[in-house]
Amino acid sequence: MIKEQKIALLNAGKYNPERIDEYIAMGGYNKVKKALQENPLDIIELLIDAKLRGRGGAGFPTGLKNKFTNESVCERCVQKYIVCNADEGEPGTFKDRVIMEQDPHVLIEGLIIAAFAIGATKGYIYVRGEYTTSIQKLRVALKQAKEKGFLGKDILHSGFDFELEIKLGAGSYLCGEELTLLESLEGKRGYPRIKPPFPAEKGLFGMPTLINNVETFAHLPYIIEHGAEHYKSMGTEKSPGTKIFTISGDVNKPGYYEATMGVTLRHLIDDLAGGMKDNKKFKAALLGGAAGTFVDETVLDTPMGFDTLKEKGAVLGSGAIIVMSEERSVFDMTCSILEFFKHESCGKCVPCRIGTAQLMILMDQAKENSSKKAQILDQLLYEADYMAKNSLCPLGQSPILPIKSLKQYFQHQF
Amino acid sequence: MDKSALIFDFEPAKDNMLNILHRLQNNNPNNYITTEDLKFVAEYLNTTYSTVYGVAKYYSMFSLKPRGEYIIRICKSPVCNMISGKSMIEVIENMLEIKMGGTTSDMLFTLEPSECLGHCAQAPVMMINNKMYTDLNEDKIIEILEEIRNNNSTQ
Repeated sequence: MIKEQKIALLNAGKYNPERIDEYIAMGGYNKVKKALQENPLDIIELLIDAKLRGRGGAGFPTGLKNKFTNESVCERCVQKYIVCNADEGEPGTFKDRVIMEQDPHVLIEGLIIAAFAIGATKGYIYVRGEYTTSIQKLRVALKQAKEKGFLGKDILHSGFDFELEIKLGAGSYLCGEELTLLESLEGKRGYPRIKPPFPAEKGLFGMPTLINNVETFAHLPYIIEHGAEHYKSMGTEKSPGTKIFTISGDVNKPGYYEATMGVTLRHLIDDLAGGMKDNKKFKAALLGGAAGTFVDETVLDTPMGFDTLKEKGAVLGSGAIIVMSEERSVFDMTCSILEFFKHESCGKCVPCRIGTAQLMILMDQAKENSSKKAQILDQLLYEADYMAKNSLCPLGQSPILPIKSLKQYFQHQF
Repeated sequence: MDKSALIFDFEPAKDNMLNILHRLQNNNPNNYITTEDLKFVAEYLNTTYSTVYGVAKYYSMFSLKPRGEYIIRICKSPVCNMISGKSMIEVIENMLEIKMGGTTSDMLFTLEPSECLGHCAQAPVMMINNKMYTDLNEDKIIEILEEIRNNNSTQ
């Protein structure tokens, strides 16, 4: 029987997020005090040493990203920025919302530490417009942090200035993609940019920018306090620390659970999520949301880590786990996912604009002519592969993930 | 209300465009951004009307047409769909006698689809203005909408 292990959600639910004094009484903002006394380069080394990886889905080493942004120089770079990606929209994912609603201060603390490490004096939290409670809690928290002198000029007499602002999204899934988010943050339509240059080199307003997910920032105070060795003692070798898993679908206790990386799907479902609903048989789980992968019962005992899942042709992604019982149809789920991509494609690049529509046409054909399903699955794979190779941004590159895993695990149930 | 007074706390910088559009829309009794609003924002941010129009048109939370006082955003993400999202849409459409995207003739409700609203553990869900409603079923939806309707007819 496994238990939850908390880093990002350590304080969640333990204090009133609208009362900074309660957070401070619990030792809040001590990590900022500690960090501001250190050399920024040492903080970056600490993050590299801790092997912290981005919790937004891609799993890129956070320390390296910090290092690149810190080292980034150009003639007209008058300002470095830090951006928090709180545009949580991946279906089945709601971890960032929980952090923002219940512990907004850990996020602010993480942002101050990261800003100090890379030398950014201006930061933005880009929150999706539908997250009205998160926005309200963050606004109160920011105001109080400013009043206490944790934000603004000369923070805690360290000489470090840092301003933090909230920006709202307005209902575009694509804006969760980092470069598109930066476009939106600049007040434009949410169209992706060509990569490279990466944000570390040319990000917001063309300046070096560090952009991380909410959960990633929430790990920073903990690492500052406990050090890299302690952090690495949790999780797997390549993916240390903890991860918030958001479990939905056919389980008895759907919800958010933070556990060490490397926990198995079986343990998550049975020990934390209360087992399968109505004792039905497990059929499939969709890991990582729409831009994720289907797995069957053969993956139940695979450690959940970025690399371990990759070996099985699956992804960890944002930590979303949509559990499907024997009564559910993977075909219907695929339809639902592909409809979603079609709706959210921005239309800037042709392979994605036409491709997402083409995939739906194929699904409609499969619905009408079930004898041709095997053939259609191959066509879907071909189209999605073409999209993955030619699309501008991760949206068009994503449909291959569920489709390929479908072929791998559920070819006969399609 | 005077538009400049409404957005006094935003610097006239282009990156404030989305926040400003949100503010103007939220303060419109019909929950939409008017042509005058777009012109005003273009002037305020020293940009073109077409730029502002293009931005407002791109994002699904913004509307350039009058909407009802209550905007129902029903989650049609894969999780809500799996647990019964689609039939929930039918329940609302039948009850309000409108189609997805439509507004009731009394301008009380507008029904819009939404991508994942991040409450998948309590699926299916919907949002009405700023309030989230979870674990929906047919009876619950009818009860919620009737309550809003009754509260508004007695005023």
